[in-house]
Amino acid sequence: MDLYRSHVLVCGGTGCASSESGRIIDNFNELLIEHGLDKEVKIVKTGCFGLCEAGPVVVVYPEGAFYSMIKVSDVPTIVEEHLLKGRIVTDLLYKDHTTSETMNSIDEVGFYKKQRRVALRNCGVINPESIEEYIAFDGYQALGNVLTEMSPNQVIDIVKRSGLRGRGGGGFPTGTKWEFTQKAVGDLKYVACNADEGDPGAFMDRSVLEGDPHAIVEAMAIAGYAVGASKGFVYVRAEYPIAVKRLQIAIDQAKENGLLGEDIFGTGFNFDMEIRLGAGAFVCGEETALIASIEGKRGMPRVRPPFPAVKGIFDKPTLLNNVETFANIPQIILKGAEWFASIGTEKSKGTKVFALAGKINNTGLLEIPMGTTLREAIYDVGGGIPNGKAFKAVQTGGPSGGCIPAEYLDTPIDYDNLIALGSMMGSGGMIVLDEDNCMVDVARFFLDFTEEESCGKCTPCREGTKRMHELLDKIVDGKGTMDDVAKLETLAKTIKGASLCGLGQTAPNPVLSTLKYFRHEYEAHVLDHKCPAGVCSALLQYLVVPDLCKKCGICAAKCPVNCISGVKGKEVYLIDQDKCIKCGACMDACPFKAIKKG
Amino acid sequence: MAKEYLTEENFKKLDEVIEHHQHQQGALMPVLQEAQEIFGCLPIEVQQRISEGIQIPMSDIYGVVTFYSQFSLEPKGEYTISVCMGTACYVRGAKPIVEKIAEMLGIAPGETSADAKFSLVATRCIGACGLAPIMTVNENVYGRLVLEDIPEIVEKYQKEGS
Repeated sequence: MDLYRSHVLVCGGTGCASSESGRIIDNFNELLIEHGLDKEVKIVKTGCFGLCEAGPVVVVYPEGAFYSMIKVSDVPTIVEEHLLKGRIVTDLLYKDHTTSETMNSIDEVGFYKKQRRVALRNCGVINPESIEEYIAFDGYQALGNVLTEMSPNQVIDIVKRSGLRGRGGGGFPTGTKWEFTQKAVGDLKYVACNADEGDPGAFMDRSVLEGDPHAIVEAMAIAGYAVGASKGFVYVRAEYPIAVKRLQIAIDQAKENGLLGEDIFGTGFNFDMEIRLGAGAFVCGEETALIASIEGKRGMPRVRPPFPAVKGIFDKPTLLNNVETFANIPQIILKGAEWFASIGTEKSKGTKVFALAGKINNTGLLEIPMGTTLREAIYDVGGGIPNGKAFKAVQTGGPSGGCIPAEYLDTPIDYDNLIALGSMMGSGGMIVLDEDNCMVDVARFFLDFTEEESCGKCTPCREGTKRMHELLDKIVDGKGTMDDVAKLETLAKTIKGASLCGLGQTAPNPVLSTLKYFRHEYEAHVLDHKCPAGVCSALLQYLVVPDLCKKCGICAAKCPVNCISGVKGKEVYLIDQDKCIKCGACMDACPFKAIKKG
Repeated sequence: MAKEYLTEENFKKLDEVIEHHQHQQGALMPVLQEAQEIFGCLPIEVQQRISEGIQIPMSDIYGVVTFYSQFSLEPKGEYTISVCMGTACYVRGAKPIVEKIAEMLGIAPGETSADAKFSLVATRCIGACGLAPIMTVNENVYGRLVLEDIPEIVEKYQKEGS
């Protein structure tokens, strides 16, 4: 094996690939050859580093120099200065948002300090398309141990004792699920991985598949051994082309190396797996809908029991776990149940990956021990709210979750605490909202989503989400009454109680949680006909501030409906509110900032 | 527009796909996905051929095609503009962006322009939340958008091609 004096890690995750990290890699390789450095320096395309805000990210080792927002045109500078002359290019290094300090090394970056990486341990560290690199980081060792030294019952016992709970949202104890599937009677059993990550703003499963796909292959084989299955399916969203490609490469490499297929490690254990693509239906994240989709049917949930552990894919007993759940398995086997159980809180063990996005400085993926507070996640890791704005709420759990206000920021994050607050962990989406976001509008956004994604099978969800959406439209348009707000609440509770599957049962959460914590915003829309955040256009007014108006007439010239009157140079301009279409063109055009919205 | 994508050659490719998946359990989804790759959409003629090929009733196939949002009965435009409407993009201002594009193209999200040049899609989260708000035009990605960027990007594609 060649020894290199320096390694240049370039992020190849979806975020960075979207800002040309592929061309950056090509450019590095060309320049290394040009300077005769290609035998000394190695370029590695890795999975996601997590700090997507700073992308595209390039890290140069051994120094750990953390270059951020790199453009193709920066590559020659890094090659000539850093790789050739050994001088770190300070101008291109990552700067902390809060302190504006330049960070020399990735180890100093605040974003990573409170993190503890278990599921993401290899993401941004190894080349996901190389089985050798995975093996060099203890890869497939857990599978080897399991197959040669442990009985299926021992494996299940470790998973149970670790306290691992399903990371897809439900939080069901993983070991118990494995035990159910093992005990189910059937000539054929399946292991399936739920990678249908549909929550808007959640991208941890994609990052694991893109950054460490072998971990999923290894974990599924371990699960197959434990429950007695010889075949696995991974159901991935078709919107994730890079993840699909890398997972397929990993499966092929594992087969070539005898780590999948027949007689693995010469133990007589057979396990094979295949990828199935989704086709754009959020409800397929629900386990029985996912199974229907793999079978080639409309992805509609069915009543449980029977649970998939008894009657799953093609009516055979099926173990279905989420990507992040599987990503923890090899580490639990290698380091032991006690090690895993030592992290986290009493009822929620281990770490959890969150996708932090929205109004936050450090958009990205973070993995933190359970029990970390929301405040630590948002301020210490996330770097707080940009542009000096005030925090309003954090939305967790996607369309199934709720909005948590500032007074609960010190709540330790775990499954049960979030549910007690009227939200949920979900798959780990964490969207931060600031003072400029209208909570009624946010609730409507999620209802728009769930209404469209409702599969239509059960009435409460199909009709109920539509009616809730209509009521929210009415309120947002300034035509709502307090009676509508009361109806909204009753309807929400009915849908929650009467829907067939998780989608419908949780769809009202965004409305219920905003009604609970931000009722004053609903009241402002209904009673005062005002949107406090200035988002709902029907309730907005554009007003000329007389003291600031220089009587130039630019606003009147820009107005598409000629509703601004005044005399140039002589008279302050005035907007006719009855004719105004609230397009905002006047405010954008005014050079003196004399037009305000309110 | 004539249905020039329903060519003999494309149907031949479809037959190969059907042949390949013939004995696979749950073959319908992969076959539909590959068929859409070939034809660009899944009109009734294509569904009928699949129905005969893998012995699944037309009613089931039509049910599946209309259930999943990625399957389309109609061909898409030359350029598909997909504006991400995930939560992160939404709270960072994706809605005015989609409205601006709709206004420029004269089509609503989900529609294709009469000259078959543009399709506008308000898409589900594409998971690049660090670049929010983000949109794609076919394979090209435009991230960290502000409203003022839109006219230039759309005009560029309006001038291109026919």
